Amino acid sequence: MTTWLRIFFIGGAVSFRALFAWIRPSVYIPTLVVGPTTQIIFFAYLGRTAHLESDDWFVVGNAVQSASLAALFGMGFAIDGERWTQTLSAVLATPASRAALFLGRSGPVLVNAAITAATGFVGAAIFLDFRMPWSSVPAILFLLLVASYSCTGLGMVTGAVGLRMRDVPILANFAMAVLLIFCGVNVPLDALPGWMSSIAQWLPVTHVIEAAREVATGAPLSAVRSDVTIELALGTGYLALGLFLIRFFEREGRRRGTLERA
Amino acid sequence: MQPVRVFWTGFVLHFKQLSASPFMLGTAAAWPLVYATLAFLMFRATDQAPSLLYAALGAAVMGIWSTTATSAGGAIQQQRWWGVLELLVAAPARLILVLAPVTVAISGLGVYSIASTLLWGRLLFGIPVHIEHPVLFVISIPAAVLSIGLLGLLLASTLVLYRAASAFSQALEYPVWTITGMLIPLSLLPIWIHPLSWVLAPTWGMAAVRHSALGGNVGIPLLICAALSLAYTGISVLLLQHFERLARERATLSLT
Repeated sequence: MTTWLRIFFIGGAVSFRALFAWIRPSVYIPTLVVGPTTQIIFFAYLGRTAHLESDDWFVVGNAVQSASLAALFGMGFAIDGERWTQTLSAVLATPASRAALFLGRSGPVLVNAAITAATGFVGAAIFLDFRMPWSSVPAILFLLLVASYSCTGLGMVTGAVGLRMRDVPILANFAMAVLLIFCGVNVPLDALPGWMSSIAQWLPVTHVIEAAREVATGAPLSAVRSDVTIELALGTGYLALGLFLIRFFEREGRRRGTLERA
Repeated sequence: MQPVRVFWTGFVLHFKQLSASPFMLGTAAAWPLVYATLAFLMFRATDQAPSLLYAALGAAVMGIWSTTATSAGGAIQQQRWWGVLELLVAAPARLILVLAPVTVAISGLGVYSIASTLLWGRLLFGIPVHIEHPVLFVISIPAAVLSIGLLGLLLASTLVLYRAASAFSQALEYPVWTITGMLIPLSLLPIWIHPLSWVLAPTWGMAAVRHSALGGNVGIPLLICAALSLAYTGISVLLLQHFERLARERATLSLT
């Protein structure tokens, strides 16, 4: 158990630092700090153009969804990055628990995703005069962690597919696009075609966005308990699926000798 | 005629090369569909929104900027990584004539964006593509593409010494979408933004495309778009000369 925890905590932190060496302030700030805010401003103004919902509605939706940016790309690099640094075979040759190895990496990714989403709220407060009750801030922070958890789960899945597919960034972009369109980020779920809103119920961020919109208007966390529970369950499901896929593609990669083929 | 030949040969070469890249094609043809779909769904949800063709045209030009923002900022860096920057600088042709085709070819991929977005709107959302002034529309499209490509060149020339040029130029994707009136009317933006919008050629390129398709004055936006594009080229020439001299003096041309 000690080994498991050591790989989880220390291994996770070291791997994150190593694989995210490219995240210098000159890259981090434009991508993960400026990016969410500019996305929020664009959609808030697009909402005004379409006369659809308030600025606050778009702020909360896009800020929460922006957690997926850091989570999907973060997990993608946390897994597929090993291939680019030519250390994937060495990592997979170790007898270490795959759950400890990859869940450990998901921790820093999750925290980073929550920070990214939080910057969106700060940006919206500066540029769109977004305000929510101070009493809602702790609950919103908690919901950002929940959103980051479920997005990290999805990132585990897309990262795992990266063991088989060459272009993880394309996959991460595709997943982000799906979340942007389907999850009620910019289009109310009841304005989407029925099949799209049905799919949305099974995707990360749909439920937590609904919860965050209620909480931002002053509702207590207890009022959105069911949404939070569903979101956490979805996140856990995606994490489990991701770990299963990592094992599956690892076995397939060994059998076919394709682990390093990128 | 020689500068035109150098530019055209470079443009064709880079356009073909970029068209062979699944990533670039995906960015040019598929990524704009995401925003087109969002715009269609948002505009369809209310009866006070602009027409869906308005959204389709805006999303198409947004795609051109997406492709440019993703790649043009780091275009010079890319030549450096490929190890050909020194050869390009040493070539007898002026540097601007060698680099401009790269960024214009990147924005030229926008033709895929326009085609895919209009087709997507027609097939999935039943948006009729009725163009008010077809001849002016055919002129406006290359003007918009060229203006975006030259803005990309200006960006690449400005960011040539900045190591994270790509990340920076990608961060300009949403801001340029927002302030150039691609989907959001300029009248909705704060007044202090307007001068910034006016000095961006894509604002006028977009206006020319939209007016030629939906009706309105095309001549003035086209002229301003052309004048600004020319200005971008002039500034890029000066910047490139300056940075080339600095890089030669410091022997840093090939350093990443």
